[in-house]
Amino acid sequence: MNPQELLLWVRGTGLQLATAVCVLGMTYRLLHLALLGRKKNLAEARGSEWGPGLRTMWRRSFVLPELSARGKFTVVAGYTFHFGFFITLLFLSQHIAMLRAVLGFGWPALPHSAIEIAAILTLAAMIALLVHRYMDPVKRMLSGFEDYLTWLLTFLPLLSGFMLLHGIGPAYTQMLTLHLLSVELLLIAIPFTKLAHMLTTFSARWYNGAFAGYKGVKA
Amino acid sequence: MTLQDIAVKVERADDYSVGNISALLAEIATLLEKFIATGQSAEIDLKSLPMGALEYEQLRLALGQGEVAANLEAIGPSEIIETKYPGVWWVTHYNVEGDIVADLIEIANCPAILTSQPQDMQAGLARLQAAIEK
Amino acid sequence: MKDHDTLEHRLTQQGISRRSFLKFCTAMASLMALPPGTAPAIAAALAQAKRPSVIWLSFQECTGCTESLTRSHSPTLESLIFDMISLDYHHTLQAASGFAAEKSREDAMKDFYGKYLLLVDGSIPTKDNGIYSTIAGRTNLDLLQEAAKGAAAIVAVGSCAAFGGLPMAKPNPTGAAPVSDLIKDKPIINISGCPPIPSVITGVLAHYLTFGELPALDELGRPKAFYGETIHDRCYRRPFYDQGKFAKTFDDEGARNGWCLYELGCKGPTTHNACATTKWNGGAGFPIEAGHGCLGCSEPNFWDAGSFYTPLAAPTSNIGAIAGAAALAGAAAAVALSAADRAKKKSLQQTHEKLTVKDISN
Ligand code: SF4
Ligand code: SF4
Repeated sequence: MNPQELLLWVRGTGLQLATAVCVLGMTYRLLHLALLGRKKNLAEARGSEWGPGLRTMWRRSFVLPELSARGKFTVVAGYTFHFGFFITLLFLSQHIAMLRAVLGFGWPALPHSAIEIAAILTLAAMIALLVHRYMDPVKRMLSGFEDYLTWLLTFLPLLSGFMLLHGIGPAYTQMLTLHLLSVELLLIAIPFTKLAHMLTTFSARWYNGAFAGYKGVKA
Repeated sequence: MTLQDIAVKVERADDYSVGNISALLAEIATLLEKFIATGQSAEIDLKSLPMGALEYEQLRLALGQGEVAANLEAIGPSEIIETKYPGVWWVTHYNVEGDIVADLIEIANCPAILTSQPQDMQAGLARLQAAIEK
Repeated sequence: MKDHDTLEHRLTQQGISRRSFLKFCTAMASLMALPPGTAPAIAAALAQAKRPSVIWLSFQECTGCTESLTRSHSPTLESLIFDMISLDYHHTLQAASGFAAEKSREDAMKDFYGKYLLLVDGSIPTKDNGIYSTIAGRTNLDLLQEAAKGAAAIVAVGSCAAFGGLPMAKPNPTGAAPVSDLIKDKPIINISGCPPIPSVITGVLAHYLTFGELPALDELGRPKAFYGETIHDRCYRRPFYDQGKFAKTFDDEGARNGWCLYELGCKGPTTHNACATTKWNGGAGFPIEAGHGCLGCSEPNFWDAGSFYTPLAAPTSNIGAIAGAAALAGAAAAVALSAADRAKKKSLQQTHEKLTVKDISN
């Protein structure tokens, strides 16, 4: 297989496979969660579930609680990395060109200089979080192989994308191939790892809120 | 008619820049500095550089024309001009059809192609002597 | 029989001055993409150069490569180079035809066995014993194998000879193959492009003639001097790419401002060729200067690499349909397994046993 054929494969069949695994896995996981046979609640509640559920989704995502310095670092670095990741993912012109080809519509891109800053911040935040995870005794004890694996799988697309855009490392053809491969690995891993939290986190937050907002027994 | 006869309309040659020309000028300055200090001449092959028609024109404007302009007739014409920066020469070789076959910036006292060649002098001398003998 | 004496001798006989010769060598250095300072070295080497015999075979092709070569806009240079070789067989360019032509090929192959340069354009059909293209009743495959035996080296001119090109594009009805798939025991230079830049063809020939050896090649057998960098590496629109300024259509504001053509499908970033610097039509320009993206014509499989107008970032196959099907399958699996769980729960309830997490499918 020459480099061009390899690139064609990752742009075609490879991407199809990865998307299929990711979408199938995630639909299954979400729907299966929703359909878990919960008992019908026959009691009448005083509070409602929907309001508090949605409120908690919002609060846990956007309102920072009082935190210790250590906690603050985790939260700030964590948010930087999540936002930076989505800004580079959704607002780099090349990514929009790709999404337009898949979705049939696009949106305006951010200037490259803005993406640049986001990408560097994201990379830095991810490295800081990894170091912290390793240095902090509690975090280290709580971390297993999967935590490091998912970190790597998230880091690689960012790093390879950054290198591709700046012409660092191998030639464009090979670098683009590597970048796409790293994205495909990430897609495949999502349903099977903690990365699934990108969707389940919201339903989990809703349940937490709804649970607290519901006043009364369930019968 | 050759391709060179087709006029290229260049718009906004003076106020438009993508940065390629300023980099090239900086390189020429470095080479000239080195030539003054060490006497080491240098050449830049303009055909090996990415340049649009517009930038080519910008380079012409930037280097301008100095005191010397020479023409050569050797398997097609050649144009040799000293730019407004002494020691920086612009050498353009054409073939008989008028197409550019080499386009160089030379940093030197005088481009090598202008000086007479020993072999040619030898042959010329023979011709001269033959003419005298006649 | 052609004379095979040195070039310098023939040039002096033609009354060409040393200065003209130096100018020619400067042009050659530029042509071969060598540093301009190498002209004296070229002059020294060329003075000693012998005149090798060249056999040019055309197979499954469109003659575009020969057209390109003969349209190269440096006639003096080219005629000098052609002066330097002895083109003993080229069925489009030669005057002889029929048996006389085939005889001159056979003669050259015999007389210069082990020394001639074999140029090939076009791919070679291999399906059904290669009957899809024949010359004088013999298949291309047969002719190639015969001529390759006595060749010092083979130059595959154009993307068809180098990588299969258009004839090999899906579904490849003739089983077309590039030279390198069929000949394994000879050095092969691939001068790809559809067509290749004429001065690249002559530049490679000039290199072989000047230095008597093949130029340095990349992993796909292409001379690094011309294919070492991508169109994108040397594109004058590159600063716009770096700034993220892209034309969205062929006639929008961005297109008029000369912005990058990436989103209009430019394959410059993955295409190795010399167009951006050597340029076409005697240096008049190259496709991107005319406002059209690179098609990737000097890379393998470029006909099958998706639309010329989809950006490199875009997938080459239908992702939406696959995603839809996968979502349906995922949903179906979830519903089916949940139903099974409920059934299990019901039966456990009836027997007054407890359902645990372990019992639920995951
Ligand atoms: S036009 Fe093509 S080759 Fe030029 S910078 Fe844009 S993507 Fe690269
Ligand atoms: S710009 Fe690209 S497609 Fe056009 S001739 Fe050059 S390599 Fe081929």
